[in-house]
Amino acid sequence: MHRTELHWLPRRPAWSESLARLSPGAAAEIWAALVALADSRIGTLETMRLDRRRARLFAAAPADLATKPVRLAVLASSTVDHLLPAIRVAGLRRAIWIETYTPGYGQYARDLIDPASALHRFQPGAVLFALDSHHLMQGLEPGPGAAEWLAQRLAALAGQWATVRRSFGCQVIQQVPLPVFTPLLGGNEHRLPWSRAAALRRFGTMLRDRADEAGVDLIALDDRAASDGLAAWHDPALWHHAKQEIHPAAAPLYGDLVGRLLAAALGRTFKCLVLDLDNTLWGGVIGDDGIAGIKLGQGSAAGEAFAAFQRHARDLGRRGIILAVCSKNDEANALEPFAQHPDMVLRRDDIACFVANWSDKATNLRHIARRLNIGLDSLVFVDDNPAERAIVRQELPMVAVPELPDDPALYAACLADAGYFDARDITGEDLSRTAQYQTNLRREALAECETDLDSYLRGLRMRAVWSRFDRKDRTRIVQLINKTNQFNLTTRRLTDDEVAALTDDPKMLTLQIRLLDQFGDNGIVAIVAGAPDTDAIRLDLWLMSCRVLGRGLEAETLNLVAAAATRLGARRLVGRYVPTAKNGLVREHYERLGFAFLGEHDGITEWTLPLDEWTDRPGFIASVEAAQSRPEAVRPHMQPA
Amino acid sequence: MTEPEIYDLLNQIFREVLEDDTIVLTPATTAEDVEGWDSMNHIFIVVELEKRFGVKFQAAEMEELKNVGELAALVGRKLASKG
Repeated sequence: MHRTELHWLPRRPAWSESLARLSPGAAAEIWAALVALADSRIGTLETMRLDRRRARLFAAAPADLATKPVRLAVLASSTVDHLLPAIRVAGLRRAIWIETYTPGYGQYARDLIDPASALHRFQPGAVLFALDSHHLMQGLEPGPGAAEWLAQRLAALAGQWATVRRSFGCQVIQQVPLPVFTPLLGGNEHRLPWSRAAALRRFGTMLRDRADEAGVDLIALDDRAASDGLAAWHDPALWHHAKQEIHPAAAPLYGDLVGRLLAAALGRTFKCLVLDLDNTLWGGVIGDDGIAGIKLGQGSAAGEAFAAFQRHARDLGRRGIILAVCSKNDEANALEPFAQHPDMVLRRDDIACFVANWSDKATNLRHIARRLNIGLDSLVFVDDNPAERAIVRQELPMVAVPELPDDPALYAACLADAGYFDARDITGEDLSRTAQYQTNLRREALAECETDLDSYLRGLRMRAVWSRFDRKDRTRIVQLINKTNQFNLTTRRLTDDEVAALTDDPKMLTLQIRLLDQFGDNGIVAIVAGAPDTDAIRLDLWLMSCRVLGRGLEAETLNLVAAAATRLGARRLVGRYVPTAKNGLVREHYERLGFAFLGEHDGITEWTLPLDEWTDRPGFIASVEAAQSRPEAVRPHMQPA
Repeated sequence: MTEPEIYDLLNQIFREVLEDDTIVLTPATTAEDVEGWDSMNHIFIVVELEKRFGVKFQAAEMEELKNVGELAALVGRKLASKG
């Protein structure tokens, strides 16, 4: 896959043959066929051929299109002829007829102010400033005046935007220039304000502020270059040979970026993200694998990737995109992870319409659109199953169905590259922004009033969710046991099977602790395991993630260990510290917790703590048992007076 | 890649870019002999050549080509130096 490929669109088998077969006939059918061919993973050549064929089949926009045709003027200072077919095809992809006009080479500034010019006669309904970087920085001289020069350059450009608005009263789109200039200082380029590389970057920033004031929409080519690589967008050889700043191979994506903004201005936007569940929001099949078997969150790379995708979906929800679920599942199974799985990022409350049954997905998508009272053409349907995608595309061609990559780590980027939810403004986002502001304000308030450690810790409202080792979290447990080096008393490494044996032996003391605070879930951060030894429990394993040092979790862990040991009938605890090159941090661990020194052998120290008159150590962490998170399982929250 | 193979692929690329299945290139063919071989399509041809042959042209090389024979020879030299 090359970096500017339209990778979210499906490949159509026999694309060329389908194009060749198109012949004049019923306009509506031919138009629909052209739209389908445009809505495919096509490159530059196919794009040009499709555009030519469209022009041959339709001399003008077909009558009764749902969206009114767009007259787009492209103002440029270098070659853009190779981009125009791609822009028109991006319109076709959205069933929008786009007519383009571009003034002669270097003529745009003059034509803008001449009411008799061909540009004015064209009467554009949208104007794209596709100005290349060399043109924008032309006249910049070495010396101290760079900042002033940039301000004037931007003012001149903003004046042209204003002219467009005054003359045509239409949408203005500005291309943020590609970073094509070679740096002179490298990483510290910004310290040389007159370098063209530094100035252009600065210009990109200034442009954004000014565009906001002027209501101008941007095409962020600098961001695309950052993600796709400049070489995917720009070839200096083609620039010198043909004054093409944008590489022809990137033309289809460039066109699509323009098409999105034009469609958005016409109110053609996607409003709702419909999500499949199994292997889309988590790895595995909930109905088969159960809550402990699905991959989600900590413990596996795939689980982390699914959680990250959920976060992307949740954030889209927060910025105003409606979230829905469409899954082939028993509803009870489908809902279970939302209610039970600790690593679910999406909550049932985040889902506006939840459909899990065994009906076909096209029927369910119709139902979702009806329930939400939005058009089918505002749905984006995300499903890992190629067969389901193909059926929905066939039954409901107006629903956007991205060609999801195999790797869940790339799901979010796929949606973002497709640009379904690219927006012109932040309407609808205000509500969630308010919520974000409130969160930030709370955090700041917290930081401000934290004058001592105790009140900081109290303010964190920490909860330790504990349980014996269990199957669901075993991968994470094994991972922690085998990679924790610093806060690790014995540095004993255990295999998956050994952990399984501990898990299944009720005489063993095992403890896994997940720490939550008001800012979120830190995941499983502490592990303890011990075996009965006469009247004691011998602690063979005690480790903790260093992320949560200084929270008082050590003392709360001891409270949980003491309770568990007492339940197993032990009258004291025995702990050992086995020094390694990395665990000096916990040399005094048992001493700090009030254990009595028993002896030393080869640097290994042994400690004991009687449990007969045990009282919980004070702290700021409330503990809850995970397996049955019933209210009565909450242990009293101990605090110093 | 032999010279006939290079010509085969050149023919194929020209036919696809210019959408004309009747194109038959000879060493003496120039842009004036082929309908649609204008400056814009020239770039598309160059980009397609780079992609399919796995070679890269310099700006000067794109300009200096006088006919298909020179183009085929240039492609041949680049393929040979690729090894």
